[in-house]
Amino acid sequence: MDWAYFLQQLINGLTLGAIYGLIAIGYTMVYGIIGMINFAHGEIYMIGAFHSLITFLICQAAGISGILPLTLLLMLFVSMILTSIYGWGVERVAYRPLRGSFRLAALISAIGMSIFLQNFVQISQGARVKPMQPLIEGGITLMRSPNFDVQLSYMQIIIILLTFVLMVVFSTLIAKTSLGRAQRACEQDRTMAGLLGVNVDRTISTTFVMGAALASVAGMMVTLYYGVIDFYIGFLAGVKAFTAAVLGGIGSLPGAMLGGLLIGLIEAFWSGYLTIEYKDVATFGILVLVLIFRPWGLLGKPEVEKV
Amino acid sequence: MSSAFASSRTSGSEIVKELAFFAVIALLMSVMILGVETVDRPTGLELAVRWDLVLIAIGSTVIGRLALIVRREGISRLAQAILITLAAVCVFEMFVRFREMDDRWAPPVVLDMAFGSVSSMIVTLCFLAIVFAIAYFSMKEKSAAEVDESTKLSSKIQVAYRSNTKKIGLIGIIFFIIFPFLFGENRSAIDLATLVMIYIMLGWGLNIVVGLAGLLDLGYVAFYAVGAYSYALLSQNFDLSFWLCLPLAGIFAASFGIVLGFPVLRLRGDYLAIVTLGFGEIIRVVLINWYDLTGGPDGISSIERPSFFGLAEFSRRVPEGSIGFGDLMGIEYSSMHRLIFLYYLILALALVTNFVTMRLRKLPIGRAWEALREDEIACRSLGINPTNTKLSAFAIGAMFGGFAGAFFATRQGFISPESFTFLESAVILAIVVMGGMGSQIGVVLAAVVMIGFPEMFRELAEYRMLIFGAGMVAIMLWRPRGLLSFRDPTILLNMSKKEKVAGEAK
Repeated sequence: MDWAYFLQQLINGLTLGAIYGLIAIGYTMVYGIIGMINFAHGEIYMIGAFHSLITFLICQAAGISGILPLTLLLMLFVSMILTSIYGWGVERVAYRPLRGSFRLAALISAIGMSIFLQNFVQISQGARVKPMQPLIEGGITLMRSPNFDVQLSYMQIIIILLTFVLMVVFSTLIAKTSLGRAQRACEQDRTMAGLLGVNVDRTISTTFVMGAALASVAGMMVTLYYGVIDFYIGFLAGVKAFTAAVLGGIGSLPGAMLGGLLIGLIEAFWSGYLTIEYKDVATFGILVLVLIFRPWGLLGKPEVEKV
Repeated sequence: MSSAFASSRTSGSEIVKELAFFAVIALLMSVMILGVETVDRPTGLELAVRWDLVLIAIGSTVIGRLALIVRREGISRLAQAILITLAAVCVFEMFVRFREMDDRWAPPVVLDMAFGSVSSMIVTLCFLAIVFAIAYFSMKEKSAAEVDESTKLSSKIQVAYRSNTKKIGLIGIIFFIIFPFLFGENRSAIDLATLVMIYIMLGWGLNIVVGLAGLLDLGYVAFYAVGAYSYALLSQNFDLSFWLCLPLAGIFAASFGIVLGFPVLRLRGDYLAIVTLGFGEIIRVVLINWYDLTGGPDGISSIERPSFFGLAEFSRRVPEGSIGFGDLMGIEYSSMHRLIFLYYLILALALVTNFVTMRLRKLPIGRAWEALREDEIACRSLGINPTNTKLSAFAIGAMFGGFAGAFFATRQGFISPESFTFLESAVILAIVVMGGMGSQIGVVLAAVVMIGFPEMFRELAEYRMLIFGAGMVAIMLWRPRGLLSFRDPTILLNMSKKEKVAGEAK
């Protein structure tokens, strides 16, 4: 067994998994609070990626792209703010009027919204792949073996660290603040929460805004990490992130992160050791297995069916 | 915000605040995605600023919001209609301006387009009139009398619809049968009708799964793909004819349905949806990568066309040992014969699907499906085996998908994994849900709206899918339960159909 190769795949998998995990949190929070699959969430992530790319280009045009930390911070915050407004808008336009209505209606509306946003970006930004030069280069060589050096790039460190920080911030937000308390109350019983003075509409909007903000961070990371984006990246990432959310136990925040990491690892190891073409098949295969043997996910609670 | 909605009259300053709020939102949403275009240059990406689009986006949002305020306050329907029309024109102008424009200061393009010629002026006026009429008659807050009136009207329509379902269906069938005689010479009309018919058939097939059994399937296109590839491969490798392959394609698709369904059908709603979606993607990935068998992304081309039930061929140059369709019928050769034959073939297949569904609904198995859809626990306690019941629905739905797939392959003559993306599944599901789940006529209506209209507006090319997505959202907001949404059990105890209709209309 080549440990160097194994370690490299582990690092790659964790990086990828962190990105999936951030998107998955948006799915899991929305599903927890209103019980619907926010199908347009993958598109929100794609819009986040575009926002960060355009912010970078503006920085470049303004001549401040030389100051790397400033550029990165600008990319992060501008993209988070602008993208979360899309999250807010999608909820307001396509989901709120359908709340409490027929369940499938919201799903179809979400699919429609996803198609709309995808084509909106395609028309306004063009269908071509958008390349971007690497901003952060270099890395640490962890291990030297005869045929292979294990590289941990600075970009990977940033992705994993940033994800970790965001996770801590958001977990605290949900566990400690009044906003988080309102969210958890709405998750348990929306009517009752409303009767007790929680502004349900606002809480749900905030959930969408938070999910979109995290997705936009994921979008920015992908832009920096892979250096190419196009209008179509949202679909597959969205499906995989949802898979991650289900895998970890939908409605559970740590579950989403765990699911994301697992999906990332499975993908990396599968493409590293088996075939790169069938990595998506592996992801979905694992999903099917988990759902058969543990339908409530790894960290979720089994749902009690009531008559 | 919430206080503004609650009070009956909003003060002027509150309205200004609300408008400013939405203007800021519009600005933030459009400032980058619309306002800055990334342009590919040899040196890398460059930016092109499109400030005019941002301005128009803000303008249309503010005008639209103002219209909603006018409607909410019940100030004037005329003003409401004018404002909505104005907002629509602004949005239109924005999309026209997406196209390459060098001069950002250029005057509104819409004016040029609208008054360029007499015909375009008529089209514009019609468009404006339609928007205006919709805006004028759309009322949110209705007075009690108006609500009463409109429910009376809609229940009248419901009664009329329900007691005449058979007649409506029959008229529809007759229309589709004589369709080629009306448009016999028009190639594109027949092509479009065939395409719509494929989706009607797929919709009816999926309706068994989603509408009757209540299983949310987001990967229906997988069975369509299985059917198409089984026909293509059987015909290329074993030289089997279409008529032999058609049932085989159905059987293959149904067995795939059983193999997939067996482990996953215990799952509830959304989980089932995501697993079926995953399965659809798996099939597509396998089709792309299994190069030796499926030809990968290149697909399979020159798939054999169907013969006239093995009696005659449709091609101009008839191979040795068989006769042409024209000779058989004693008429002149025409390339339209094959198209019309294909149209009738898919019509027949679709009608078979419909007929089988209608009959199955009345059998114990169909009733078990509907019961399961309503309450799974009750069904289990009554001794219905949920897994087997769901499996049968899944397999039968898959079988019809397989038939449709085989037809698709033979009609196109070429298939590739690109035809079987998630978007197709979403479109088919949208047809079923928009039709009103379980309603057979609703599926036809939705297929015509969703497939027929966008195909007619091919010139809009790039905007087509954009409008398609927006339309999906709009129809759901307008009628969340679908266009024809009268879902009720097929059979009730001790109640004749007339009594039932009369009873529910009250």
